[in-house]
Amino acid sequence: MIEMAMPLPAKSQFFARLFRSKLALISAILLLAVTLVAIFAQQVTSNDPANLALLRRLKAPGYVDESGSYYILGTDTIGRDVYSRMVYGARISLVVGLSAVLLSGTVGIVLGLLSGYYGGRVDDAIMRIADIQLSFPTILLALAIMAVLGPGLDKIIIVLGLTGWVQYGRIVRGQVLSIKEEEFVTAARAIGQRDWRIILQHILPNIWSPVIVIASFSVASNIVSEASLSFLGVGVPPAIPSWGVMLAEGRQFIGVAEWLTIPPGIAISLTVLAINILGDWLRDFLDPRLKNIL
Amino acid sequence: MRFLIRRLLQAVFVVFGVSIVAFGLTFLTGDPTEVILGAGADQMSVQQINEFRHQMGFDRPWYIQYADFLSKAIRGDFGYSFIRHQPAFDVITQRLPATIQLSAVALIISIVFSIPLGVISATKPHSPLDYAVTLIALVGQSVPSFWLGILLILFFGVYLHWLPISGSGTWQHFIMPSITLAAFSIARNMRLTRSSMLEVMQKDFVRTARGKGLSENRVIYNHVLRNSMLPIVTAIGLQMGFLLGGSVITETIFGWPGVGREIIAAIGSKDFYVVQTGVIMLALIFTGVNLMVDLLYGWIDPRIRYD
Repeated sequence: MIEMAMPLPAKSQFFARLFRSKLALISAILLLAVTLVAIFAQQVTSNDPANLALLRRLKAPGYVDESGSYYILGTDTIGRDVYSRMVYGARISLVVGLSAVLLSGTVGIVLGLLSGYYGGRVDDAIMRIADIQLSFPTILLALAIMAVLGPGLDKIIIVLGLTGWVQYGRIVRGQVLSIKEEEFVTAARAIGQRDWRIILQHILPNIWSPVIVIASFSVASNIVSEASLSFLGVGVPPAIPSWGVMLAEGRQFIGVAEWLTIPPGIAISLTVLAINILGDWLRDFLDPRLKNIL
Repeated sequence: MRFLIRRLLQAVFVVFGVSIVAFGLTFLTGDPTEVILGAGADQMSVQQINEFRHQMGFDRPWYIQYADFLSKAIRGDFGYSFIRHQPAFDVITQRLPATIQLSAVALIISIVFSIPLGVISATKPHSPLDYAVTLIALVGQSVPSFWLGILLILFFGVYLHWLPISGSGTWQHFIMPSITLAAFSIARNMRLTRSSMLEVMQKDFVRTARGKGLSENRVIYNHVLRNSMLPIVTAIGLQMGFLLGGSVITETIFGWPGVGREIIAAIGSKDFYVVQTGVIMLALIFTGVNLMVDLLYGWIDPRIRYD
C-alpha cells in the first residue's frame, strides 16, 4: 500500500524523460500513428471497407481489379478490402478502449471515493459488490451479459465499462483512506467545509497517479476484451470492421488466406504492446512505488 | 479460527451474489421469456408465448422467481437444455473434466516456466538474458490468446504438421491449447517473480545470509525465493480466473470439448440455461479456488490472519 499520495511530477519533465526511454518513445509514436490513422481513416484509404463483391473474394495482397483499384492487403471472404477494414478497425478498437475506460474510471473513482471517505455501511456495501464481481472471471461475465443483450458497439462499451470499475474502486478507496487522515483534510473539516468540497478539492487531486496508470493498462485490456468478444461472436456486429471480427472470419481460412489473420493479429498485438510499455513507463514516471500494487 | 470463519462467511456471501447475478441475466432485456425462447419466439403466436410464459412461471413477481431459481439450484436443477434435450446441469458437468484438465495443465506449464525464468532474470539483472525474459514477458502479456492460438495452429499444425489442430484425446492435443491458455499467466508470473525477488534481495536478512558466507545458491533458493513466493501464490490463485475465463476462447479455437466451448455453442443456439449454468459453475470453481488460496495463504503467513 502507498502510505502517502505524491503530487504529480512537473510537466516539463514529462517529455524529457519520455525521450530518454527509447522503448517508451517508440511506443508513443506508434500509438500516435494508430490514432491518426483512425481519425483520418477516410483520407488514408481509397476503397470503401463495406464494399463487397464476390467476384474478387479472397484475392492475395497486391491485387488490382479491373477498375484499377489496388488492394495492398488483398480481399476478404466476400471481397472487401482488408487494408480498409484494418484502418477502420483501428477506430473501433480505440473508441471502445477509450470510452470503456472513461466509463469504468468514472464509476470506479466515484464509488472508491464514497467507499473510502464515508466508510461504514457505504464502504461495506460497495466492497461486497466488488467481491461478487471479482468472483466472475471478467471475460466470462462480459460474455454472459453480451450473450443476452446481443452484439452492439454501444453495448460492448457499456458492458466493459461497468465490469471494469472494481480495480479503480479498490485503489481509490485505499488512497482515500490514507489521505483522509492527513492534516490538511482534518483542517478543512475543522473549518466546516462540506464533504463534497473536501472530496473534490483536497482528496481527488491527490489520487490521480494510480488512476492514470490503471487507466492506461485498461485501455489495452479493453481493446483485447473487445477483440476477444467480437472474435467469439458476441462483441460488435459482424458488419462493423473490428480486428476481432476480422480474425474470427479469417480463422476459417487458415492455410488458405493468411492475409486475413496475420494483419489484424499484428495490429492488435502491437497496439496493446505499445500501450503496455507506455503504461509501465508512466507508472515508473508518476510513482515508482506503484510497482508493488499495479 | 476467526479468520477462517470470516473468510468462509465471505465465500458464502459471494456464492449468494453469484446466484443473484446469474439469475439477473434473464432480466437484462426486461423479459425472461424472450431470452429463453430466443429466435424461436418469431415463429410463435402471442398466445403461445403467453402460455409458455405462464408455464415457466415468468409471470410471477421476480422475487418469487428468484426463490424458485435458488431452491431448484440447490437441488441441482438449473433448467433444461432444449437443444441437447438434457438438464443443463448435466450438459455442463459432462464438459467440466475437460476444462479442469486443460486449466490444470496450463497452470502447471505456467509455474514450471515462469518461476525459473523469473529467478534467472532476477539473479542477473540487466544481463542480455534478463532483457530477453523481460521482452518475452511484455510481448506475452500483449499478444491476445486467440491470435496466439491461430499462429500456433498455422505453424505447428498447418505448415509443419507436427501437432493436431483440433480435438482432444492424446497428449499431443494438450500442447497447443495449454500453451495458448497459459501464455498470459507465464508472462505475468515471470515479471512478478522477477520484481518480487529483486525486492527481497535488498532486505537485511539477505545481506546477513551472504555475510554468514552462505553459497549464493543457498541465499537465492532458501532465503530470497522462499520469501518472494507470497505475492506469486496470490497471483496464481487469481489467475485461475483468467484460465477458466480464457477457456472460452482457447476451447473454441482448438475444438476442445470443455465448458467454454459448450457456452459459446449454447450462445450460438440460444440455449440460455446452458450458458447460465456454465457461467455459474465456472464462477463457483473460481470462488472455491480463491477461498483455498486465501486459507493456504493465511497458513503460510500467519500475519494475514490478524489484519
